[in-house]
Amino acid sequence: MARTSSSSPSSSSITKDAQDLLRALWSAYSATPTNLKIIDLYVAFAVFTALLQVVYMALVGTFPFNSFLSGVLSCVGTAVLAVCLRIQVNKENKEFKDLAPERAFADFVLCNVVLHLVIINFLG
Amino acid sequence: MATTAVGAAFLLLLLLPFSISIPQPISDSHRSAASNLFNQISPSLEDAYEALRVFEILAIEKKPLDTADTCKKVLENLGSSSPLKDVFYALKVNGILKCNIDGTIFKDIASRLKATLHDASTLLDIYYSVGSLVLIKDQASDVDVLLTDANGIFHSIKALSQSDGRWRYSSDNPESSTYASGLALEGLSGVISLASSEIDQSKVSIVKNGIVKLFDSIEKYDDGAFYFDEKFVRGSEPQGSLSTTSSVVRGVNAFAAVTSGKINLPGDTILGLAKFFLSIGIPGDAKDFFNQVESLSFLDSNRISIPLILSLPETVYSLTKKGQFKVKVSTVFGSAAPPLTVKLVRAFSTGAKDSAIIDSKELQYNQESGFHFLDSFPKNVDVGTYVFVLEIVLHDSESENVYATGGQIHVPIYVIGVIKVGNAEIAVLDSDLGNVETHNTLDLSGNDIVSLSANHLQKLRLSFQLETPNGRVFKPHQAFLKLHHETKIEHIFLVGNTGKKFEIIFDFLGLVEKLFYLSGKYDIELTVGDAVMVSCTTYYFKVTCSSLILLYRNLNKNILFQENSFSRLLGHVELDLPEAPEKAARPPLPPVDPYSRYGPNAEINHIFRAPEKRPPQKLSLVFLGLILLPFIGFLVGLLRLGVNLKNFPGSTVPATFATLFHLGLAAVLLLYVLFWLKLDLFTTLKTLGLLGVFTMFFGHRILSYLALTSTKLKSA
Repeated sequence: MARTSSSSPSSSSITKDAQDLLRALWSAYSATPTNLKIIDLYVAFAVFTALLQVVYMALVGTFPFNSFLSGVLSCVGTAVLAVCLRIQVNKENKEFKDLAPERAFADFVLCNVVLHLVIINFLG
Repeated sequence: MATTAVGAAFLLLLLLPFSISIPQPISDSHRSAASNLFNQISPSLEDAYEALRVFEILAIEKKPLDTADTCKKVLENLGSSSPLKDVFYALKVNGILKCNIDGTIFKDIASRLKATLHDASTLLDIYYSVGSLVLIKDQASDVDVLLTDANGIFHSIKALSQSDGRWRYSSDNPESSTYASGLALEGLSGVISLASSEIDQSKVSIVKNGIVKLFDSIEKYDDGAFYFDEKFVRGSEPQGSLSTTSSVVRGVNAFAAVTSGKINLPGDTILGLAKFFLSIGIPGDAKDFFNQVESLSFLDSNRISIPLILSLPETVYSLTKKGQFKVKVSTVFGSAAPPLTVKLVRAFSTGAKDSAIIDSKELQYNQESGFHFLDSFPKNVDVGTYVFVLEIVLHDSESENVYATGGQIHVPIYVIGVIKVGNAEIAVLDSDLGNVETHNTLDLSGNDIVSLSANHLQKLRLSFQLETPNGRVFKPHQAFLKLHHETKIEHIFLVGNTGKKFEIIFDFLGLVEKLFYLSGKYDIELTVGDAVMVSCTTYYFKVTCSSLILLYRNLNKNILFQENSFSRLLGHVELDLPEAPEKAARPPLPPVDPYSRYGPNAEINHIFRAPEKRPPQKLSLVFLGLILLPFIGFLVGLLRLGVNLKNFPGSTVPATFATLFHLGLAAVLLLYVLFWLKLDLFTTLKTLGLLGVFTMFFGHRILSYLALTSTKLKSA
C-alpha cells in the first residue's frame, strides 16, 4: 500500500516536474523576439519536410537515389542556413554585434540561391 | 586457320614454277577477240581507222563498221576548216574503205597542206601534214603532192632531234620524247617519198645513226622482251610503253622502207620487240590491241629481220602416257617458217644444272602438222622440272640474214609420273621402352583401314617411302597427316622425311594440350601430293588444277585430279587422354560453313537494363500531400505569431526596390524550375548571371535602406 501510495505521487511528481520544466521553457522562449521565432518556425518546417522524405524513402526504397538525396539535402541545407541566419541575427549573440541583420539576410538569400542551383542540377 | 595458312603456302609453292611464260603467236583467239572488241560504233575516225586496220591485218572479212556512214564522215572531215589530225585520219580511213571522193577535194587539201607545211613549227603539225600528203599520193595519183622544198622540211624535222636519238615536240619544248621519235621518223620517211629531187644521202645516214642511238636506250625484261619506255613529257599526252614502242616500230619501219641500205639493228632486238608485243596476250583495250597488231605486222614484214617465234603446245609431259615433246616455229602471225631444223642443245634438271640428260639432238619434223618433235624421252628422264635449251637452225644460209631466231631458247618443262608408295607402316609404341604394341602394314594404294587404340603414355608412328618410276627417292611438295576428331576439330601435321623414309611420330604426352585433352575416336588422313604427281593436260590448266586440289582438300571435298596424288583415310585411333586441367585451353568452335557467310546474319537482340521497381502511384501522391503539411504548419505558425508586412517600406522608391528584389528572387526560382524541366546548365548559368546582378542590385538597395531606417530608429 505504502509502496503504491509512494510510487503514484512520485510518478505524478515527475510528470508535474516535466510539465513545470516545459512551461518554464515555453515562457522563457516566449520572450524570444518574433523574428527569431519566424526563423525557428522555418527551420522546423524544413526539418519536418526532410523527415517526411526519409519516411517515404524507407517505405518505397532508394530509387531514384539522387532525387531523394537532393530533396533531403535541400531541406537540411536550408535549415542549416536558417540556423546560421538565426545566430547572426540574434541580438544576445555578442559575437555578431557589428553585423547588420540585413547583411545576414542578404547572405542567407545568396547561399540559398547557390544551394538550390546545385540541388536542381543534382535532381535529375 | 592453320589449314588455310598451310594451303596458301603450298599454293604459292605450286604457282612459282609456272610464272615463266612462253609467247604464243597470234591465233584465232585474237581474231575472235578483235570481233568482240571493235563491234561498237566508233565515235571518231581515229578509232574507226584502228578498227579497220586491225581487221585488215588479221584478214577478217567482216567490216567493223558501216561503210556508207563512215564514208560520209570522211567527206565531212575533208572540208577546208577541219583540223589537221582529222584530215589525216579521214585519209587513212579512205585508204582502206576507198570512198568515192572527188579529185578536186584532194587538190584543195593538198594545196592547203603544202601551205601549212611552209610555216609549220611543231612536230605534230609537220607529221600530220606530211602523212596526209603521202596518203593523197597513194589515193589520187593525178594530184601533185611533190614537195619542192623537201630538203628544207627534212631539215626542220631533223632540227628537233636530240643527240640521244630522241625528238622534241617543238623547238620551244626542251624535253625529248621517245614517242615523238617514232612520229619524226615516220614524218622523215614521208618527206623522202614526197621529195621531187633526191634528199642528201649524208642527212639520211645521220638519221640512221640516230635510230641506232635510240635503240641504245631500249629496255629489257628477263625473258628477253625488249621495249621502249617513256617518261612523262610536259605538254603531251602520257604514253605507255606499248604505245611508245609501237610508235618507234612504226617510224623505223617506215624509214627503212623508203631508204636504201640496211639499218644496223641486231636481229635479237627485233625478236625481243616481237616477244614484247606477243607477251601482252590479248589486250582488252582497243587502242592497245591496234598498237600490238599493227606493230607485229610491221615486224613481220620489215626489211631488217623477221622474227621467228618458237612455241610449245604443252610444257607438261606424263611419263605414263609417253607424250611427245613438240615445238612449233612460226612467224608472229602463225604462218609457216622457212625450212629449218630445231636443235635440242641441252636439257637439264633444275636441281642439277651441270648434268645434262639430253645433249645435242635434232628434233624431227612432221610436214603435216608442222611440229618439230622429239620421238621419245630418254630413259633417264625422271619426274621433276627441267629446262630444255633449243636452237633454231635455218637450212638456207641466205635466210639467216632475213630472219631473227634469237639463239638459244630456254624452255621450262615439267615431267610428271606415277609415284610408288611402299613400306607403309603404322604402329603404336610404348613410350618409355619403345616396344611395339600393335603393328600394321598398310597398302596405301588399296582401301584397307586400320583401327588402333592408344593412351597418352604411348606413341603412334607412321612411315612410308616414295619412289619415282626410276627408283629415286621422291620428295613431294606436300605430305601431311590430319587427325580429325569426332567433334570436327582437326589437327594438321607435316610429315618429315629422313633420308629415304617419310616418318611421323606422335608422342601423345606432348600433344595432349594441342589436342585439347579430347579423348575419343580420331580419323587419320594422309595427304601426299605434288605438282609433278598430278596429271593435267595443258600447261595453263595445270596451274589451275594443282591449286584446285588444295582448295578442294581444304573444303573437304573428295574430288581429286590425280595421277596418283592421294588423300586417303588410313584408319582410326581411339585415344584415351587424361582429364583436362582447369587452366587448359578450350577447344575452338567448329569451323563455320564458308557459304553461311553470305547468308543473313543472326538478328541482333539488344539487352536493356530492366527498369527499376517504382512505388505505387497512390503512395507517392499521398506523400506529396503530406509534404504540404509542414508548409501549412509553417503558415499557421506565422499567423499565430502575428507576423505582418508592416515593415514593408511605405514610400514609393524603396517600395519599388523591394518589389523588384522579390520579383528577382521569384525569377531565379522560376529559372530553376525551367532548368529542371528543359534548360541546360550553360543557358541557366548565363541567365542566372543576369538575374543575379539584377536581384543583387535591388537587394542591396532595399536592405541598405532598411538598415538605415533601423539605425535611425535606434539612435532616436
